[in-house]
Amino acid sequence: MNLTLRIWRQQSSEEEGAMVTYRVEDISPDMSFLEMLDVLNEELILAGDEPVAFDHDCREGICGACGMVINGQAHGPERTTTCQLHMRHFKDGDTVDVEPWRAAAFPVVKDLVVDRTAFDRVIQAGGYISVPTGSAPEAHATAVPKEAADFAFEHAECIGCGACVAACPNGSAMLFTSAKVNHLNVLPQGQPERETRVLDMVAAMDDQGFGGCTNTGECATACPKGIPLPSIAAMNREYLRALRKEKSRSKG
Amino acid sequence: MAGTGVIMLLFLVAHMLGNLKIFFGAEEFNGYAAWLRTIGEPALHNSWYLYIQRTGLVVAVVLHGVAAYQLSKRDIRARPAKYEHKRQRASYATRTMRWGGVILGLYIVWHILDLTTLTVNPLGKEHHPYENIVADFRIWWVNVVYIVAMLALGLHIRHGFWSAAQTLGAVNKRRDRALKITANVLAASLTAGFLVVPVAVMTGLVD
Repeated sequence: MNLTLRIWRQQSSEEEGAMVTYRVEDISPDMSFLEMLDVLNEELILAGDEPVAFDHDCREGICGACGMVINGQAHGPERTTTCQLHMRHFKDGDTVDVEPWRAAAFPVVKDLVVDRTAFDRVIQAGGYISVPTGSAPEAHATAVPKEAADFAFEHAECIGCGACVAACPNGSAMLFTSAKVNHLNVLPQGQPERETRVLDMVAAMDDQGFGGCTNTGECATACPKGIPLPSIAAMNREYLRALRKEKSRSKG
Repeated sequence: MAGTGVIMLLFLVAHMLGNLKIFFGAEEFNGYAAWLRTIGEPALHNSWYLYIQRTGLVVAVVLHGVAAYQLSKRDIRARPAKYEHKRQRASYATRTMRWGGVILGLYIVWHILDLTTLTVNPLGKEHHPYENIVADFRIWWVNVVYIVAMLALGLHIRHGFWSAAQTLGAVNKRRDRALKITANVLAASLTAGFLVVPVAVMTGLVD
C-alpha cells in the first residue's frame, strides 16, 4: 500500500516545528506503524536526509515508550500502543497525520520525541512502598483479598505511555496518577503511605503543569491498557479521605 | 465545581416542582409564592428565609463561575500547542460546558430582572407572579430565550451531575451506569418540567 504521511518535524525544543509531507510506497499491511516509519527513515537516510526521531523500545506493547498522535488519536485508530498498531487499519492512498504528544508538561525534544520526566516526578512523589531491607519476606505472609488484588492488577497495567495526557483536551494527568495511586493504595503493602501517597502525587502532578480534569473521558478511551474512567473517582475518594485524616491528625 | 453545582441542582429540582403549581390556577400559584415568604416563621421574620436562600445561591453561582474560570485557565495553559489534525472530542454536552455555563449565567441575570425584581417584565405587578409569567410567555422572543436557556441547562446537567459524582468520588464501576442514567433522567425531567410552563401559556392551557 502507498501512503502520504504528514509528520511533525522539529529540530529541538527551542526551534519551531512544522508538518512535513512524505510519500511511502509498497508498505505491507502486516507491518506495524513503527516498521512503516523505519521504512521511511531508511529512505530518508539513503537520500541524505535527517530521519524522523521517535521513541520506541520493546515493540511488544508493554514498555510505553512509543507514543505518537496519529490522525488526532493517541496511538492511532486502534486501542493499543503504536508499536502494536498494524498498517492493515489504514487504506491504500490514505493521508496520515503524525504528531507528538502535546502538553505543556511534555515538551518536544525532537520530532515525535517528548520529554516525559514529568511522569517520573509524579512517581517519585509517592509511587513506592517502604520495605525493610534484609531477606525477602515470605510471599504468603500478607494475605491480599481477591478483589483488592484484581483492582491493583488492573491499575498496575498502566505503562506510563502518556496517551491519557495526549488525548485529554486539558492535558491532564489524572488517569495516569489515579492508576499509580489506586494500584498501591488498595494493597496491604501500600498502607503505611496511603494518605501521603495520594496527597503528594496529586501535588506533584499539579506542580508539573498538567491541566485539571473536566471528566471528558478522552483519557480512558485512548488508554492502550484500558484503565477505566472511574479510577479517577477512586483517586478522588482517596484524596478526600486523606484530607480528612490529615485534618484529624493535625488536631490530635 | 461539584459542591456548588449540587447545591444549585437541589434548588432547581424544588424550583421546577414549585413552577408546576401554575397548572392549579392563579390563586393557588400566587398563594404558593406568598407561602415561600413565610418559611421559617415565626422564628424568622417574613421573607428572611428567602433572602438567606438567595444569598446562598448567589454565592454558589459566583463560586461556580470563579472555579470554572480558574480551571479553564489552567487547562488552556496545559495545552499551549494545539494538534494540527483536528478531531471532535467528547460528547456535545461535555464540549459545551463552558459556553453553556456562560449562557446560563447571562440567563440567570435576565431571569432575576424579569421575575424577581420585575424590572424587565412586561406586566411587572408585584405579588402577582402568575399574571407576570403569563404576560412574559405571550411574547415570542421571551419564549425563545427561555427555551434556549432550558436546553442549555439540560445539557449542562447531563454532564455536570455525573461529573460532580466523579469529582466527589461517588463513581465506581458498578454505579457508573446508574449514575449516567440518573444524570440523563435529571437533565431531561428538569428541562421538560421547566419548559411545560411557556408551552402551556403559548398553547393557551395556562391563561
